[in-house]
Amino acid sequence: MGLRIEEHPILSFKKGRKINFFFEGKNMEGFEGEPIAAALHAAGVRLLRHSPHKNRARGFFCAIGRCSSCMMEVDGEVNTMTCITPLTDGMQIKMQKGHGVIKP
Amino acid sequence: MSRKTQVLVVGGGPAGLSAAVVAAQMGAKVLLVDDNPLLGGQLVKQTHRFFGSSARDAGIRGYAIAEKLCEDAAAVKKNLSILMNTSAVGFYGDTEAGILSPERYEPVSFERVIVCTGAVENSLNFENNDLPGVYGAGAVQTLMNVHGIRPGKKILMIGSGNIGLIVSYQLIQAGVEVVGLVEALPTIGGYLVHASKIRRLGVPIHTNHTIISANGVEKVKSATICRLDEKFQRVPNTELEIGCDCICLAVGLSPLIDLFQQGNCRMFFVPELGGLVPLLDVNMRTTNHRIYVAGDASGIEEATTAILGGRIAGACAYESIHGVDDKAQAIIADANEELKHLRSGSTGEKVRWGRDRLIKEIAVC
Repeated sequence: MGLRIEEHPILSFKKGRKINFFFEGKNMEGFEGEPIAAALHAAGVRLLRHSPHKNRARGFFCAIGRCSSCMMEVDGEVNTMTCITPLTDGMQIKMQKGHGVIKP
Repeated sequence: MSRKTQVLVVGGGPAGLSAAVVAAQMGAKVLLVDDNPLLGGQLVKQTHRFFGSSARDAGIRGYAIAEKLCEDAAAVKKNLSILMNTSAVGFYGDTEAGILSPERYEPVSFERVIVCTGAVENSLNFENNDLPGVYGAGAVQTLMNVHGIRPGKKILMIGSGNIGLIVSYQLIQAGVEVVGLVEALPTIGGYLVHASKIRRLGVPIHTNHTIISANGVEKVKSATICRLDEKFQRVPNTELEIGCDCICLAVGLSPLIDLFQQGNCRMFFVPELGGLVPLLDVNMRTTNHRIYVAGDASGIEEATTAILGGRIAGACAYESIHGVDDKAQAIIADANEELKHLRSGSTGEKVRWGRDRLIKEIAVC
């Protein structure tokens, strides 16, 4: 049984079209418009980054863009809150190192 | 570009939507900003039927209440502009706020602002509480009820308030095994009707217990819980390791108060309302007379009371600009009557006590 809910007694889920994205260079499938962190979670990825000071493993926590636990590098942009950023076709998602470096 | 409005509403949950709809119905020009892509706040992920009151939303599922509020908002779109994916980032002087969308930053000048920012989830202190797989109850609901993805296969729930109980049931509905529910108090915190539902399904409820660690390398493999004595101290040699790939924290919420602090509103600590809240009067007005508040930002309650508080704030903000109005007075009187009814009885005791403290405190300041 995968993590995606196929049948639910109350809800039905409207999904965008199926698209491909890349996590650390690895090709994965998700649905357009769903949050990046949700797509990664469904694909079995829970570890999103390591904390800057103590190098602790980090996943998402609040899923509504408040707690900053889920920040990753998305298409080159560091500190992207992946729990509220919609997934798009061909997105390059990487685990961020430390605070990340903003490219000039 | 800059914008101008009479009433700025921050937050499009039950409180903000209700406040905006009432103010716009009365005739004020209203701008509502919300940093989510969807209106309705946390209602969009609530699949359970609300108790509400017989007059308001009883027996309706949360997301359907959100749909209803959105219809009300669409009916007054002549006076109500809505910007999604837009955060209010701060106040500048008495009558200006900054709003930030993915495209641009804009200043907004306003006469009154109603801040309905809601709340943030509390965490809990235990070893490895930052391990991936430890999620807030709201996060679990978002993942599962909005995006259709299970948080894991086996989950341990911490907290037996209504949120812990309801989310446990929703998890079971979504096909997740709830391996237990942990509660530090000797009794279940939420309504018995919710507790009975999950108990009937065989979920063990560990009262007088707390979680002492999440275990695993870079992901949750298990949790260790232990018994607490009557002084909430750990009882030695009562540790129990429970296998799970997820731990859900349903240990309360704290009002989201940054904007009030930045707007120089006097704050007051009321544990019964979730912590620091802005002082407010019966008109939902803070000590900064241009700033109104409604919903969980004014103290943690639930969606039905947030809707009513929002209606009062919307009507009062309108009156403070346009003068006393019969229609507004009727809305305020009706909402107060419903609130009194909803907060009556033993379940409303804590909230009543907290609200009374706020009103007393603002009277002397």
